Amino acid sequence: MSIELRGATKRYGALTAVDAIDLDIADGQVLCLLGPSGCGKTTTLRMIAGLEGVNEGSVSIGGTVVNELSARERNVAMSFQFYALYPSLTVADNLAFPLHAEGLSGAQIADRVAEVSRVLQLGDILDRRPGQLAEGEKQRVAVGRSIVRDPTCFLFDEPLSRLDVQLREEMRGEIKEVLQGLSKPTVIVTHDQLEALTMADRIAVMRAGRIEQVDTPHEVFANPANLFVAGFIGTPQMNLLEGSYEGPAQVGHSRFALMDGQSLTIDVGTLPHELASGTPVVLGMRPRNLEIVSEAHEDCLTTRIDLIEPMGAETLAHLSVGDTGLRLVTDWRRTLAEGERVHARVPAGTAHVFADEKLLTARHRVDAPHGHEASATKGARA
Amino acid sequence: MARRHDIGQAGWGQSVLAFAVGIVYFFPVLWIILTAFKTRPDALATPPKLFFTPTLDNFRAVFFRQSSTGGGGEATDFVLYFFNSIFIAGTAVLLAVIIGTLAAYAFSRHPLRGNDTYLFIILTTRMMPPIIVIIPIFLMFRVTGLAGGYWGILLLYTAFNIPFSIWLVKSFFDELNPEIEDAARMDGATDWRVFFGVCLPQVVAGLAATFVFGLILTWNEFLFALLLTGVETRTVPVAMARTLGGNVGADYGLLAAIVTLFLIPIFFVTFLLQNQLLRGVTFGTVKK
Repeated sequence: MSIELRGATKRYGALTAVDAIDLDIADGQVLCLLGPSGCGKTTTLRMIAGLEGVNEGSVSIGGTVVNELSARERNVAMSFQFYALYPSLTVADNLAFPLHAEGLSGAQIADRVAEVSRVLQLGDILDRRPGQLAEGEKQRVAVGRSIVRDPTCFLFDEPLSRLDVQLREEMRGEIKEVLQGLSKPTVIVTHDQLEALTMADRIAVMRAGRIEQVDTPHEVFANPANLFVAGFIGTPQMNLLEGSYEGPAQVGHSRFALMDGQSLTIDVGTLPHELASGTPVVLGMRPRNLEIVSEAHEDCLTTRIDLIEPMGAETLAHLSVGDTGLRLVTDWRRTLAEGERVHARVPAGTAHVFADEKLLTARHRVDAPHGHEASATKGARA
Repeated sequence: MARRHDIGQAGWGQSVLAFAVGIVYFFPVLWIILTAFKTRPDALATPPKLFFTPTLDNFRAVFFRQSSTGGGGEATDFVLYFFNSIFIAGTAVLLAVIIGTLAAYAFSRHPLRGNDTYLFIILTTRMMPPIIVIIPIFLMFRVTGLAGGYWGILLLYTAFNIPFSIWLVKSFFDELNPEIEDAARMDGATDWRVFFGVCLPQVVAGLAATFVFGLILTWNEFLFALLLTGVETRTVPVAMARTLGGNVGADYGLLAAIVTLFLIPIFFVTFLLQNQLLRGVTFGTVKK
């Protein structure tokens, strides 16, 4: 089984919520739809589910176009953001609900419910109603209800958004484990990049109804296709400095002029030959890749420390380069003082070069492990 | 349960004040109940008597005409009138809630083009005072032979309660989380099962509230009942009015006894449904 979207479009009056997107989710693969609120990711999920019609294009499940099939006929399991448990039914009856539609016998239903409640440890709460459950338990029941039958694929809408941080980490692991055991195509909608980076085989980053990039979590992080993806993935956010390309320097290095007049000569890998000097570019640098050094060098930016935010194991420093802000993360043992002038070095191979919004350089090396990078500042989540 | 000091907990002062206000509202009801147990001289005494020797004569008089020898005489028709009130109000409101619920679900989940206009038009039928429509309705009922029988008054009371039922029940359906119905569809439920198995159980409290409101309105309705019921279908409010007149003036004790008996069924229904009602009238904002 696999899921395919071809030019799938959804309009509400004049508003295009989902704009001709193409997606392929192979059997057993977990795809995360990631993007800010209102980018069309939930609509995309509902189109796959059959809860929203498709204005143009097609949705196929297992090679069959299902545009004309209702949600009931698609045999897709979906877990909703607010769990959508049936308030008047007990947990056991909630779990059994999808099985009644399959015409199973009472004994078969009881077996399946028992099996699922064993996997998700729901034994103690089977007789309770949703109103009497804690958030984490509700989430478990919602997951249980979607895996109790044998659907063609799984859809999750913001599965962890209602849980507190600790529970979220726990459930993330659990859901990932359950999904690996099921090996069905799965689509998870989330606005939380950490969720996407940890749970997905591939991530589709969406903005304004379009897909900006579809790639493995590592690729999306290491080689963001454009400025939007670069700014959206990774916390603290990637620094994006405007400047212009000056030309090649010594072997493998390139020279850039920044807005405030500083110049920077760094190794950014291979740039396209046709890139003319004077072309406006944006330099992207991850805050964890920058280093504070004592002496100025041609691969350094001269900056001033505006604000220091201790984050436990690390310290986030807000620097300024002329009028532009620059974020830098360093070890907590490093003593910094607000107002101090420091040199921030851009190590070889860590900067991304964007021209006309698109990434010019692509490489396969990231200095900071992505999970670590993404987890540090919860507050900066989109 | 442990003692809780929530934001909402009232102090002594507030409790006393609430009790005092409650007494002011309840006093007329209390007075009627007391009067029902008074003899005629006690009921008419000035200043009013708070302490008196209670008697059940008034209640006896509701069901048996006083014969010259005293004691139990000929039976009155009040058993029939009470049955009529219960049967007519209960059936009509039940029908109105059933029809109203189906319509409300349709209005809430499958809005028509101009949905709000239809809802408004439905409500306008309740905007006119009944006295304005009573004459045409009376004429129509007489021509069609509906006047005087059960069918006519049931039809009228059902129609009379439908707009209110639609509006109230629709507000309960509107409050539901639509994701739950989506989930049921994803879980393979038919539209039929989504409605009966998933939506309806969630609005039970609202249906109970709608039923009780409608029942109270219909139970007390006088004007239509006066003109459209016959000897066999007369309801209590009409029968009560007919005890006035005669050559002995108003028998306040008798009236009070009828009212007291008349209160019991509605009190009973409200009491039975009070938990549902609390959640219903607060539109689900108070958690169970």
